[in-house]
Amino acid sequence: MTIAPNRSTSLPARRELSNKPRLSDRVFRGVATGGGLSSLVILGLIFIFLANQGYQVLKSEGFGFITGSNWLVVQDNAGITDLAASEFGIAAMLVGTLLCATIAVIIAIPISVLCALYLTFYAPQVIKRIMVALIDLMAAFPSILFGMWGFFVLMPHAEYWARLLHKYFGWLPFFKMDVDIFERSPFVAGVVLATMIIPIITSISREIFSQTPLDRIQAAYALGSTRWAMIKAVVIPYGRSGVVGGAMLGLGRAMGETVAVYTVLNLVYQINWQVLIGAGGNMASMILLKFGEAGPTEIQALMAAGLALFILTLIVNSIANIIVSKTGSKGR
Amino acid sequence: MTAKIPEVKAKVKPTKPWAPTTRERAVDIGAILLAILGTFIAVGLSELKGKLAYAGVFLLLIISINFIQNYLRSGIAAAKDSIASTFAVAGVLVTLLPIVSILYAIFERGKTGLKFNLFTSDMKLNGPNDPLNQGGLLHALVGSGIMVTIALLISLPIGILTAIYLTEIKGLLTRPIKFLVQSMSGVPSIVAGLFILSAIVFPITKTPSGLMGGFALAILMIPTIARTSEEVLLLIPEDLREAGVALGGTQWRTISQIVVPAAKSGLITAVILGVARVAGETAPLVLVSGGGDAVNLNPAAGPMGSFPFYIWKSFTFGTPESIARAWAGIFILLLLIFALFITARLLGGDRNKK
Repeated sequence: MTIAPNRSTSLPARRELSNKPRLSDRVFRGVATGGGLSSLVILGLIFIFLANQGYQVLKSEGFGFITGSNWLVVQDNAGITDLAASEFGIAAMLVGTLLCATIAVIIAIPISVLCALYLTFYAPQVIKRIMVALIDLMAAFPSILFGMWGFFVLMPHAEYWARLLHKYFGWLPFFKMDVDIFERSPFVAGVVLATMIIPIITSISREIFSQTPLDRIQAAYALGSTRWAMIKAVVIPYGRSGVVGGAMLGLGRAMGETVAVYTVLNLVYQINWQVLIGAGGNMASMILLKFGEAGPTEIQALMAAGLALFILTLIVNSIANIIVSKTGSKGR
Repeated sequence: MTAKIPEVKAKVKPTKPWAPTTRERAVDIGAILLAILGTFIAVGLSELKGKLAYAGVFLLLIISINFIQNYLRSGIAAAKDSIASTFAVAGVLVTLLPIVSILYAIFERGKTGLKFNLFTSDMKLNGPNDPLNQGGLLHALVGSGIMVTIALLISLPIGILTAIYLTEIKGLLTRPIKFLVQSMSGVPSIVAGLFILSAIVFPITKTPSGLMGGFALAILMIPTIARTSEEVLLLIPEDLREAGVALGGTQWRTISQIVVPAAKSGLITAVILGVARVAGETAPLVLVSGGGDAVNLNPAAGPMGSFPFYIWKSFTFGTPESIARAWAGIFILLLLIFALFITARLLGGDRNKK
């Protein structure tokens, strides 16, 4: 018996194979991409709106906005601000911001690096768990808490330290004092900021140190190193740039801090490099201080100052993030 | 025939040959005692005074005692090692100092202002200078709750979508967006306030309100939620995703029904950390929320009080009563943050055990 050949004339249509995502997937991917782009959009919008508001002031001041150190609002008889006669320059505040933040970082780096080293290589498990939780908690303290603590608890001590520094290191140019005012100086603000950024630098350094390749650590021990010799030969070369990145993140945080500095710093509109004198500047605090009674034009100037602060912190943070992420993936 | 195995009675104890012996511990404690004694003698006999002198002399003494002792016992390398250990311990103690001091200050100064009426009344009829048994921070509690909820409603979808984009979709823009999210977490809080002012308050609403406060907080909250959820999603094993796709699921179904539910507790942790991050933000709220003294349940209109604003206002008022109010407010705020933190730790507990 032969099998009857299938004589049907039409072949079934070929099944279509494709790797094209379904509609649901395309919608999903689109929505997620949109959400992902939101950070770009928000950062862009911040720039555009602040620039838009501050445009007139920036145009009338030109480069003087960065280099000038006068903040002078001139009003005519009708109470309308005369933009051409007014002077808006942020140099004094810019210098003050950098000064406070630098003091903070200089104080915080050694403490946090030692702390991170202890937590990674010395501490028993129990102490390590408790300390890490405490430091994480400290990083979440609101800045107004640091401000109030700095004002009521730390300031008397910090003033005393400032007097000691002046007494023994007064011959250094930046510790020189022309007048005897130690209260609310950039040094005090720097100490408060240092306590704020110690948890940040510590946790980043700890993360970097704990990524040190284990084989190298064990190799160092096998060659007979003590713990310190191992740290010096292996951990520090590996983690150095990561610590620098962490310190820059701390710098960025310190530069953008508002309330904590506002409470402990005496804002004076002059360029002052002497860290112990009770007269300093800080961009964010200045914005908060002047905002209350500012007229429309002055608010525009404050927006421009906010733009400058935004760009400054963005640059510092970007450099810091590049350094930290490079260190994390380094396989030297 | 089976050989009889003799029963062994003695247990072998694990030993730790590297652990310090009793004698070494005694020597360490002796060194500390000697240094304390030496400190008191040195500070008492010389012109040095103050806590700083005690700390400095003690550090010097303990370093030199440890150095000499280790040098005599094991040579120069061990002596150097002892200096490093001493410094490391000193670093931790210096870090602990402000934490302990802050917690003590909050407890010590906050407890006088803690009255039950804090939770039942607002400051509508009272100034910050009134006696502590009048007025309260109900308006701040309500206002902060509303603003943080608004911020959460905005930043939760955006933050989690960003995290999903970074971990699941992995498009061309993954690296730049990761970078931008990191940079965004460094935006100063006052800039967020200025942005909301310039973008919404001045051109559209003209008046500050709780809604604006919520928007400003959302900007600060997005990066925290995005980064924490990204870390959480990265920990979900790749096998789960492959299993989902292998069963014929689309990417959307795999992620929404397998990956995200698997990461649920971690994502809740991300939300809690985000809330803790913004609950105490002061500067933007001073600029955009208006800071009312009465309970205001409508975020769209009228000034709205908040915890940070209440603390800020009481603190800047500057009288003993108002400052006691500020400390009491910060005490309660910190208790809330503390509770959030512990919840986050309990939920994400196994995540941190490496």
